[in-house]
Amino acid sequence: MKPSAAAPEQRDIDVERAQLTDALAETWKTPSGLWGALATVDHKIIGRRYIFTAFVFLALGGVLAALMRIQLAQPEARLLGPDRYNQIFTMHGANMMFLFAVPVMEAVAVYLAPLMVGTRNIAFPRLNAFSYWIYLAGGALLWIAFALDMGPDVGWFAYVPLSGPQYGTGKRADIWAQMITFTEISALAVAVELVVTIFKQRAPGMTLDRIPVFVWAMLVTSFLVIMAMPAIVLASTSLILDRLVGTHFYNPAEGGDVLLWQHLFWFFGHPEVYIIFLPAVGMVSTMIEPFARRPAFGYLGLVMALIATGILAFGLWVHHMFVAGLPRLGDSFFTASSMAIAIPAGIQIFCWLATLWDGRPVFKSPLLFIIGFIITFVIGGLTGVMVASVPFDTQVHDTYFVVAHFHYVLIGGAVFPLLGAVHYWFPKLTGRMMSEALGQWSFWLIFVGFNATFFPMHILGLEGMPRRIYTYQPDLPWHGLNLFVSVSAVILTAGFLLFFINVMRSARFGEIALDNPWDAPTLEWATTSPPPSYNFAMIPVVGSLHPVWDDRDGLPVADGLRTDRRELIVTTLATAEPQAREASPQNSIWPLWAAIATTIMLIWSIFSPWAVVWGSIPAAVALIGWFWPKGTPEDES
Amino acid sequence: MREKIVLDLGKLPLHGMGTASVTWWGTLAFMLIEGTGFALVIAVYLYLMSLATAWPINTPPPDLLPGTLVTLILLTSLIPNILLSRWAEQQDLRKVRIGMVMMSMIGTLPLIVRIFEFPALKVSWDSNAYGSVVWTLLGLHTTHIITDLVDTLVLAALVFTRHGRSPRRFGDVQDNAMYWNFVVATWLPIYGCIYWLARL
Amino acid sequence: MLAAPLAGCGGNWQSALDVYGTSAISLKHLIILIVAVCSLVWMLVLIALIAALWRSRDARPVSPEPGRERRMTIAVTGAVVATVLIIGTFTVMSFVATRALTVAGQDDLTIRVRGLQWWWGLEYIGPDPSSRFETANEIHIPVGRKVRLKLEGLDVIHSFWVPSLAGKQDLVPGRPNELTIRAEHAGIYRGQCAEFCGMQHAHMSLLVIAEPQDDFDKWTATQRQTAAQPADEQTAAGLQTFLAKPCAACHTIRGTAAVGTTGPDLTHVGNRRTIAAGLFETTRGSLAAWIADPQTIKPGNNMPMVPLTPDELRAVSAYLASLK
Ligand code: HEA
Ligand code: HEA
Ligand code: HEC
Ligand code: CUA
Ligand SMILES: [Cu+2]
Repeated sequence: MKPSAAAPEQRDIDVERAQLTDALAETWKTPSGLWGALATVDHKIIGRRYIFTAFVFLALGGVLAALMRIQLAQPEARLLGPDRYNQIFTMHGANMMFLFAVPVMEAVAVYLAPLMVGTRNIAFPRLNAFSYWIYLAGGALLWIAFALDMGPDVGWFAYVPLSGPQYGTGKRADIWAQMITFTEISALAVAVELVVTIFKQRAPGMTLDRIPVFVWAMLVTSFLVIMAMPAIVLASTSLILDRLVGTHFYNPAEGGDVLLWQHLFWFFGHPEVYIIFLPAVGMVSTMIEPFARRPAFGYLGLVMALIATGILAFGLWVHHMFVAGLPRLGDSFFTASSMAIAIPAGIQIFCWLATLWDGRPVFKSPLLFIIGFIITFVIGGLTGVMVASVPFDTQVHDTYFVVAHFHYVLIGGAVFPLLGAVHYWFPKLTGRMMSEALGQWSFWLIFVGFNATFFPMHILGLEGMPRRIYTYQPDLPWHGLNLFVSVSAVILTAGFLLFFINVMRSARFGEIALDNPWDAPTLEWATTSPPPSYNFAMIPVVGSLHPVWDDRDGLPVADGLRTDRRELIVTTLATAEPQAREASPQNSIWPLWAAIATTIMLIWSIFSPWAVVWGSIPAAVALIGWFWPKGTPEDES
Repeated sequence: MREKIVLDLGKLPLHGMGTASVTWWGTLAFMLIEGTGFALVIAVYLYLMSLATAWPINTPPPDLLPGTLVTLILLTSLIPNILLSRWAEQQDLRKVRIGMVMMSMIGTLPLIVRIFEFPALKVSWDSNAYGSVVWTLLGLHTTHIITDLVDTLVLAALVFTRHGRSPRRFGDVQDNAMYWNFVVATWLPIYGCIYWLARL
Repeated sequence: MLAAPLAGCGGNWQSALDVYGTSAISLKHLIILIVAVCSLVWMLVLIALIAALWRSRDARPVSPEPGRERRMTIAVTGAVVATVLIIGTFTVMSFVATRALTVAGQDDLTIRVRGLQWWWGLEYIGPDPSSRFETANEIHIPVGRKVRLKLEGLDVIHSFWVPSLAGKQDLVPGRPNELTIRAEHAGIYRGQCAEFCGMQHAHMSLLVIAEPQDDFDKWTATQRQTAAQPADEQTAAGLQTFLAKPCAACHTIRGTAAVGTTGPDLTHVGNRRTIAAGLFETTRGSLAAWIADPQTIKPGNNMPMVPLTPDELRAVSAYLASLK
């Protein structure tokens, strides 16, 4: 299209470097003050917020875990009654999965992916703002309900009929279902943003084989979100319908089916665990390079492993239902597909080992967390292979063995890399380094505490201890190990506490960071720490998988962009040829209004079906306000 | 880092159309989400059907007339819709304005017939699981028609303002038309499910 | 505060490692084998990791070099092939073991097991209708014989699990399941509901008592009979109270006017080792404690507190204890 003749446009080539950055800073700025903070669409500010909030939920979920461990430390303890305990373990699981683990991974990507692909903002930045507010509202809903003794008490997968109209009385199960809706809306929104950012906003020259592995991981993850989350939205919506307006999806007396719920839930639920896990392995593949001081071995293998895991993820769900009474032959098929996941997982483990073998490791805290990850995740993966075997699973399903399995994969496989990632990218986010000494201390406390807490659970499970019991009788032989587990959890919690202290201290007083303190190869390190609002003064032009390593004498960049409107580059899908100079939307308060309107509608609809009708009116108004052009240069050209 | 300029992007268009537009891809991604949703509800329908001893449960199959009428209306609406999309591609503002008004009106037609389609199911959502799933299928599709209609109305208003003459708006019109095609396309399997599978 | 229900009975705790059932024994072998192979795999990974980190202490050039890359490709490929072989073997092994789980003969003893919040209803189905009888929470089986359990969830999902005898199987409302168990040794085996089923999921256990065929036959003969007539004044008063108070609306005592079905059949409750799904050993005292205040002892369970005078309470518990 012809540039509009009316506006005298300003280009980066026409001005000096100092003026260029001033002009860009003016165009891309987030105004100070509360209003600015509420209206911002800067992916870095929103990403930081997202990460911070997710860690708050981690701490809250950890406090719940501590309560459970105190209760279980001795038989017939009276600290928590069954009602409270059931709420607490449900809250712990739902909070950790839906409010911590999934959002935190997406949050890191919201912050990093645009930087790593060399663009100036995420695609659909207003949707991004909206998704954060919706996430916050969903989290608040769950925790406020809990504080009011209305917390869900049906387990994080809320099996019917226990959660159905007849047995799940009160509003507790509805709170669970609606919290799901909130977090799924926000996760889906972020997934769409990431897919489009990664597909269309990569720096010129970043062909498919030059995409950092973490970005690949987020691409696969986003597709998993897009294909898996509709299942849980459908499940939770039909549950609310059963409860509110008397449909019979899950009522066997009227042609419904109890196992339908399990199919729908796990069709989402299994991909869900890889939605948590794949970003984490992406982080490992990306972080390992500066610390092994060589490129990750087997780039193609690593990427193919991610894609293969993503595809297989949809063929495993029945392995959560091995004792529900489905035909045995079908079960065996899911044994085979579940075990097959060991192949892509193994490929990645072997590639990292090869990378370390050939490299010259630098033992800084991110690498420690990677090493801890390999040691513990392999245990968790192998117990996964064990429970994937139908006959094996008939003995350990719904016992502490499974609790041990999933904490090994969730904490060992996802939280360890995440903590490493925090140490690694902290300087980029804040401009300050984290304390290495505290980092190493917290690593060792967490590593030792974690294994001491969760390893004995395998034995407890084999010794017959079911999960989700609020207490056990004194004559059962589980007392000693439970006490040991609870005491070890203190060490684990101390480790996490030290980590939090390190973060807070370093954010204020940490050593000032260089732009690229780890000598890392990916694009986020080619800009300042922390990056300016526009990320890159000039869009990088990528010639290799490790642009920062391979272009030490000067980063190739492109010029010709306007500075008076928010401009970024759209490139082709496969080869990243520049196609257009797209305008990125201005700050806007409307996403917040839209989120508030949606929140009112969703919470109200727990109580009345009419909320959907009346509540959608303000939501529609907010959306119109959001999309209506405001006459800025971004809207008009 | 030091920088060296190797590429001039100044000649690129200020806005990408079609596959060069991020909105196009965003619309596609949302269609994938919703398409998965539709596919899942249909899967639920088939699943419940496979469990039932008789299907539909305790009711005759739905009346064919209103649903078939909706199908015909939706299929016919594809013609003006595709024309509109073409006009938007040609950036012909006058024709786009006419097309948007046209599509706004055509969009209400299936909704009017829909009012008669729900009673034609001959079952209530709370009678049994069969009723629940057909109401959900029909309801879900209806919300899609409503959403797209609202979108069309707002966009129709927009093209009559000074914001209308912008490549960005033409792109929006095209995306909106693409979404309508999607709404029509998803209806066909749902129609087959509700009206013909129940007659097997 | 709670008495040990099995102390002194010579019972075996529920454990997948302490096994006495045909199925559990073969499962234990499978478990040990798979765990051993997996431990080996983990150790190899650990050795490779330590070696990789140890090796690197000597400073060498960092940039990848084709010869080494090729050797590493071979090593990684080899490891992947080994992985495929191992999981292939595991898959075949579990497939074979799964088939062994499901075989059931024709003339087996059949028991209907119904899962309710939070107790187990049992119905023994004999060859002819007259030999049926109901009981609760305590299953007797003859040693060495296959017993077919028909599992039905009546309210929410429960899961039948007696790990020393066999793996678990869910009781799903609307979808009856089956499980076959066979005890190889006489003994008392504890089991516990394994699927979260609400408030008192933690206290939904049961006992399986495997005994020689003779003892089993004696037991069934007793169970088939109607309840013993009150033998003295106090137990007679107990029966009167039981019938006068709401108890009879929920419980059945065969041979009396009590025919409720909401709660466990109490016809031979005094004969059972435990009450309230494994919470207490059955004694007059524990019965009295339970009847006096079931909601404090097992919060949320479906038996309400029925106000009784101390005399009534004594009488009722004496009567129930006498129902051997
Ligand atoms: C991050 C999360 C995560 C990850 C990565 C995994 C990974 C795997 N999980 Fe896990 N899983 C959960 C989270 C996760 N899981 C959760 C949360 C639950 C419980 C939900 C609930 O009930 O609340 C669960 C439950 C669960 C079950 C149901 C158990 C039950 O309820 O009875 C099963 C059954 O098959 C299973 C299997 C697997 C398998 C086969 C893998 C594989 O992906 C593992 C692959 C990895 C390896 C195998 C290790 C590396 C490979 C090598 C070193 C090569 C050599 C290996 C061999 C030769 C075998 N998982
Ligand atoms: C990523 C997910 C995740 C994480 C990180 C954890 C972390 C922990 N979990 Fe969690 N857990 C689940 C996911 C997770 N869990 C799920 C999905 C379930 C199943 C739920 C269900 O059955 O429905 C479960 C169930 C579960 C159970 C079984 C409950 C039961 O079945 O009855 C237990 C029991 O011990 C347990 C323990 C722990 C412990 C000790 C930790 C520890 O790692 C926690 C460590 C401590 C912290 C992280 C907090 C440290 C911070 C502070 C002390 C506060 C400082 C505050 C500030 C500075 C602001 N978990
Ligand atoms: C509203 C129904 C209801 C009423 C009324 C009721 N019960 Fe119960 N009873 C139950 C239920 C349900 C259980 C199982 C509780 C559990 O274990 O979770 C039970 C369990 C018992 C048991 C233990 C049985 C076993 O084998 O574990 C005894 C004994 C008993 N009730 C006696 C009584 C007496 C005596 C009364 C009257 C004073 C009474 N019940 C009134 C429902 C009722
Ligand atoms: Cu019944 Cu748990
Ligand atoms: Cu799974």
